[in-house]
Amino acid sequence: MHFGPHLLLAALEGLVTSAVLALTALGLSLVFGVMRVVNVAHGEFFMLGAVLAWAISTAIPGHPTVGFLAALVIAPLIVGAIALVAERLVLRRLNYNPEATIVATIGMLYIIQQLALSFYGPEARPVEPPFSYRILLPWFGYSGYKLSIIAASALLLVLTWLVLTHTKIGLIMRATQYDSETAQAFGIPVDRVYAGVFALGAMLAAIAAVLIVPISQAHYLMGQDPLLLSFIVVIIGGLGSLRGTVVAAVLIGLSDGIISVFFSPTLAKIIATMLVAMVLVFRPQGLFGQASR
Amino acid sequence: MTEAPTTEALIISGLDCFYGEVQVLYGLDLVLYKGEVLCLFGRNGAGKTTTLKAIMGLVPASAGSIQLAGKELTGLPAHEVPKAGVAYVPQGRRLFAEMTVAENIEIGLMARGKGKAVRENVLDLFPLLRQRLRQRSGTLSGGEQQMLAMARALCLEPQVLLLDEPTEGLMPSMIAKIRETVVKLRELGVSTILVEQRVDAVLSVADRVCFIENGRNRETVDVEQLRADPSAVRRYVGVG
Repeated sequence: MHFGPHLLLAALEGLVTSAVLALTALGLSLVFGVMRVVNVAHGEFFMLGAVLAWAISTAIPGHPTVGFLAALVIAPLIVGAIALVAERLVLRRLNYNPEATIVATIGMLYIIQQLALSFYGPEARPVEPPFSYRILLPWFGYSGYKLSIIAASALLLVLTWLVLTHTKIGLIMRATQYDSETAQAFGIPVDRVYAGVFALGAMLAAIAAVLIVPISQAHYLMGQDPLLLSFIVVIIGGLGSLRGTVVAAVLIGLSDGIISVFFSPTLAKIIATMLVAMVLVFRPQGLFGQASR
Repeated sequence: MTEAPTTEALIISGLDCFYGEVQVLYGLDLVLYKGEVLCLFGRNGAGKTTTLKAIMGLVPASAGSIQLAGKELTGLPAHEVPKAGVAYVPQGRRLFAEMTVAENIEIGLMARGKGKAVRENVLDLFPLLRQRLRQRSGTLSGGEQQMLAMARALCLEPQVLLLDEPTEGLMPSMIAKIRETVVKLRELGVSTILVEQRVDAVLSVADRVCFIENGRNRETVDVEQLRADPSAVRRYVGVG
């Protein structure tokens, strides 16, 4: 294959990574931005989404599309409910203390991971894609499903942006993010906002996992990479910034795709990590984050 | 000055508050009458801001009671207090600086489900804000920010308004505007607790002055009495 088509293929693969990463990182970023909680268990909500997608799609007989669509709706709802319970039982009792919640979410990470190992097992299991249409380009054929992941992610990101900027719920979330004490003085039930945001963050990770699981596989350890990459994305983009998250996800996803194809995946990770170090040194608030007030 | 009011809008009795292990308020007693402006006066760290925060439920009361027109406020979640009819303009304005003027006002309206009519009334009080609705509130001047902070609070149509150092760092024309607004609100029957450091501002707008020292209400006097004998200001604050 010539360089041009090869580059296009690498870029498309990178965009698929970006799409999934943007959704996952957005969840992490929202939770930190609004609650000031660094959720180390975020990757496990991603893993739960994939594992539940396998369970739901295999439990529903018939065409794979039916099982997949059911998983796309049910898995995030279950993960959101689990996050809600975790928020009530753990984070709220710690009064959302930033240091204590890091330790607590590390604990949640291991609990969720080990529960998945106990009930789901150590095997990696595939989920059938809802359709297997291939788009024929002049140089190669490309999976229509992979392109649909990019479209679905873009749609969800736009939807999230619209909710945050044009609805009452978004206004309440932003007020809580900027100044939770003043938000309470204006009737905003901050505890309930926190619970909702934590569940929403977990649901975004779960949706990302359901979207990606037909082209990867569900495995109980699959939450580690998305967690690391999400942290890289939110540090580069700026914690709490939707625009920054999307831009950084595209940057990291594309560079990961292209550098992995032309050089090596290890070099892609080295460059991403170096980028994080440079951002932390020269612009600690991230490319689009606000300097602390 | 207005006629001496008689109906209590807010009664604080025996209020104790702590920041962690440190006690800040010691059995504070205070009465705010309907339609009056009560000024809390005292040195830095005396407990004035903590009193306002305790009324808002932002600092929990460990003992005592706060009653708004007979309704107990202590024990209510902080977000329920504004719904009961208390509005708070915090020190330093605490606007949502990344949001527009219109969005800050919208936040104020949401708490008690107020609509367009209230918004228009509030904007009539501060017409300058009408021209700035789409502007990010963090980019307003200090005086405009204070107007917005007051407008946001007034969107609740409160019975009781808590103002924490509203004239801090403002130029004289803005101070006059704020004073004028407080007087207008008194005429409308709003009861105000004003934390203020400037003696002239206190004398020009307050009906009574409460001297707070070490978390206790040491003395409450009518403003006429204070004008005639300003020794209390010297005694508790060391100026005047």
